[in-house]
Amino acid sequence: MNVRMLGVALGVSFFVVPAFAGDTVKIGYIDPLSGGGASIGEIGLKTFQYLADELNAAGGLNGKKIEIVPLDNKTNPQESLVQAQKAADDGVRIITQGNGSSVAAALTDWVSKYNDRNPGKEILYLNYAAVDPVLTNAKCSFWHFRWDANSDIKMSALTTFMKGQPDIKKVYLINQDYSFGQSVRTTARAMLKEKRPDIEIVGDEVHPLLKVTDFSPYIAKIKASGADSVITGNWGQDIALLLKAAADAGLQANWYTYYANGAGGPTAIKQTGLSHRVFAIAEGVPNSATEAAQKWEAEFRAKEGVTLFYPRAVNEMRMLKMAADEAKSTDAIPIAQKLEGMKIEAFDGGDAFMRKDDHQFFQPMYIMSFGVMDPGAKFDEEGTGWGWKLIGAVKANDTILPTTCKMERP
Amino acid sequence: MLQLIAFSALNGVLYGMLLFMLASGLTLVFSMMGVLNFAHVSFYMLGAYFGFEIERRVGFWLGFFVAPLAVGAIGAAVERFGLRRLHRLGHVSELLFTFGLAFVIEEIVQMIWGKLPVDYRVPPSLDFVAFRLFDTTYPAYRMFMLMTAVAMFAALFVALKRTRVGLVIQAALTHADMVAMLGHDVPRIFTLVFGAGAALAGLAGAIAGPALVTQPSMAALLGPILFVVIVVGGLGSLAGAFVASLVIGLIQTFAVAMNGSLAELFGPVAPPFMGDLWQVTIAELAPIIPYLLLVIVLIVRPTGLMGTRES
Repeated sequence: MNVRMLGVALGVSFFVVPAFAGDTVKIGYIDPLSGGGASIGEIGLKTFQYLADELNAAGGLNGKKIEIVPLDNKTNPQESLVQAQKAADDGVRIITQGNGSSVAAALTDWVSKYNDRNPGKEILYLNYAAVDPVLTNAKCSFWHFRWDANSDIKMSALTTFMKGQPDIKKVYLINQDYSFGQSVRTTARAMLKEKRPDIEIVGDEVHPLLKVTDFSPYIAKIKASGADSVITGNWGQDIALLLKAAADAGLQANWYTYYANGAGGPTAIKQTGLSHRVFAIAEGVPNSATEAAQKWEAEFRAKEGVTLFYPRAVNEMRMLKMAADEAKSTDAIPIAQKLEGMKIEAFDGGDAFMRKDDHQFFQPMYIMSFGVMDPGAKFDEEGTGWGWKLIGAVKANDTILPTTCKMERP
Repeated sequence: MLQLIAFSALNGVLYGMLLFMLASGLTLVFSMMGVLNFAHVSFYMLGAYFGFEIERRVGFWLGFFVAPLAVGAIGAAVERFGLRRLHRLGHVSELLFTFGLAFVIEEIVQMIWGKLPVDYRVPPSLDFVAFRLFDTTYPAYRMFMLMTAVAMFAALFVALKRTRVGLVIQAALTHADMVAMLGHDVPRIFTLVFGAGAALAGLAGAIAGPALVTQPSMAALLGPILFVVIVVGGLGSLAGAFVASLVIGLIQTFAVAMNGSLAELFGPVAPPFMGDLWQVTIAELAPIIPYLLLVIVLIVRPTGLMGTRES
């Protein structure tokens, strides 16, 4: 009797599992959910889960329900590969990741190797935030698509903006000590030299990634250097704590950042009291976005309690759905083929496209500053009463940089 | 330049004193048990989380007093019901026990407070600028941390050197059998010392929480550097731990402030081999300098600066 029951149970489970798997598409979300990167990893997860719910309500991917599988990589490349392998074994065929270009480089290698060894089970890697240029240049891969503007594009826009700020005389560079931070410092040096040769670079610092809890020694050094502006690519707690230490020391400088809009950033800027002297570059400014985007953002904030830090994730998921629906498949190769060269209207408005040559997404980029809100502005950040204000915009076509990618297609 | 030196010194002393608040308890417990307590930094983390929990419900000041006591009570319980039973099984069991305990505490903290940093705030009564020097401000809360650490050091010193209890503890650390013969309850003294060490770590956590970041990885971030402190200072030596804490605090802060690299030192005659290594500045090396110091001290003086025993 027992044996027969077991047989029936096994039979049922064999029958049930594939049927269940057939109705869902699992997307592995590999990002930090603990440690120093967790504050933004959690926000990313909320964003993707919200997007999955939205797309599921609209019919899912080619009729299949999307399920986001959270995988904690602790911002560690080795741990990411363990999680990716776990996801692959679990039937995940699409992974998405953003925090840490060191992680992204490891993942893109791993995905290429995995796909070579497992024909028919290919994995697609959607990168929403790792911005080291190398990922769409020397290390580009058919399986990797990037929705965030790469570091060079961002620095190009930032330095073009700085070109028009004659007050800038002395600049201090402070970045995280890994591939992305190194890329920011070298590009910043090169581009400033070209666009504003009169600017003196009074400091060029790197610090350990997501390990510093007290930036006071670094701020004392910036202060002593006499810098009037700081350029930093710091993200996660590294930007929030850097600004917090600056507030404590009363550092009066302008900040040109990649990610001051991340979790904890606005709170720290408010503490510094530097209204509209902290700049960030992003693909969307909630206070001057299109009506549709503002409505979406308001609903997102009401439900999740956080700012939409990743408009690019919206672009990513919408394009994924378009590609899957057009290809009538949820497999990696047909989706990738449809994504190549795909054009859409970006979440925050304006034409945008996925370049076929290197799988880099080009979209309008905006420079914004944080401070006292203009009358009529809708969104403040983190309950500070201050908000982001649009300062300058760059069209997608003006952000295009050449690539050295030699794509190998299957 | 003067400004940089002044503030680096302040920051360095503050960091050093914070390290000492942890190292003092750890080194005393080492003298007593003969093994390193891997869970010691976990008590620091618990102090921060308890402080946060009380701050959010009642206010900072109650947390400042209650959190260390609560952590001390947990520490005493760990010694009484955990370590004391394991003592007869030898050092390896004790070591493994504290090692496991550190993971258990981290998991429990994550279960209760989540993996994200919690919003442990500086009390409004201390949220102002203490002083302004060369146009740089120094927050009052940091001065408060420094004062607390100094007061704690003074209290610990007086308690150990000038009171009867302190004398008995000192004697028990080195000659436990003789102290027991004289009629003192040595196991109770051990529980007391362990609890007090945990309470000091808890106090450090409760005051460091708002200034640094209260998050589940805070123990793991500070743990390795703490072992460097007590090994460099000399295992079991309180004075050594004090000196080593300050030295490491200052070295690390000043290293960040320095820009020199080997390439600059050698100028144009720098040999081309080794490539990028020449370009690395002292500031970039700052995080590993303490470990370098550890290796050098172990080679040159295995007992540490002021230690008397080798292991």
